[in-house]
Amino acid sequence: MKNASALLAGLVFGLGIVLSGMGNPAKVINFFDVAGTFDPSLIFVMAGGMLTAMAGYALVFRKLKRPLYDSQFNVPTAKKIDTALVAGSAAFGVGWGISGFCPGGSIPVLGLGDSRIFIFVVAMGLGLFFAKALKAGVFDLAKA
Amino acid sequence: MTTEFTPWLSMIGGILIGLSAVILMATNGRIAGMTGILGGVLPPLEVDWVWRAIFLLGCVIPAILLKALGHAPEVAFPMSNTAIAIGGLIVGIGASYGSGCTSGHGICGLARFSKRSAVATVTFMLATFITVFVIRHMIGA
Repeated sequence: MKNASALLAGLVFGLGIVLSGMGNPAKVINFFDVAGTFDPSLIFVMAGGMLTAMAGYALVFRKLKRPLYDSQFNVPTAKKIDTALVAGSAAFGVGWGISGFCPGGSIPVLGLGDSRIFIFVVAMGLGLFFAKALKAGVFDLAKA
Repeated sequence: MTTEFTPWLSMIGGILIGLSAVILMATNGRIAGMTGILGGVLPPLEVDWVWRAIFLLGCVIPAILLKALGHAPEVAFPMSNTAIAIGGLIVGIGASYGSGCTSGHGICGLARFSKRSAVATVTFMLATFITVFVIRHMIGA
């Protein structure tokens, strides 16, 4: 059941991204290009998504002691505003501004067969992998 | 390159993204954040990589179906392939260190009133805005 619900959540997410325009770099860049070819559509994506999740989460956390198919809710517990959070987020924004793709925007359009989507996803995958390895201390050979 | 203003379609899409987050929380107790889900299927695999891979599989299906039905979603790139690759690499590293992206922080995090997610969202929105301004209006690309 855990996998069936993950499939359903993935399908709904993918459809949402495609309908919303988050999977179209031209549209994403235009949202941020207030001084140029501004397209405010994405504020409706953010508002629709956040308010739905806010109402839904409130209901879930009030009605359920634990998720339907797992023993406990697995939500981030970190509270500290640290350098990694701010610097990482700033870097993510720079990359988003350069490419027009965020992780959630790129994966759902991967099956369209456009080589430029592959270029992005491979580069992003390398970045994620590299950062993960770095954080895990894989490159700390001097300390070993 | 101009794009059509699509408030209704974008809002419906947004509501579906939010709904996906609620489904994943209610059933599996997980945050529907693309950075976290993707990170778990990259080596070294997380122990619970299977549901993550299945979520990703679900993600790619709607666009493929729409394309098969003759309604392929529009995907346009007003930048070079080099910019796409460099942007992708920075997105991967940044979202990993920042512990999330638009879905994880911007939708799920804000929806559960996380202060870290609020800081992250304001930071990346501002950084994206500045980056686009510099590229479009100062460098003029």
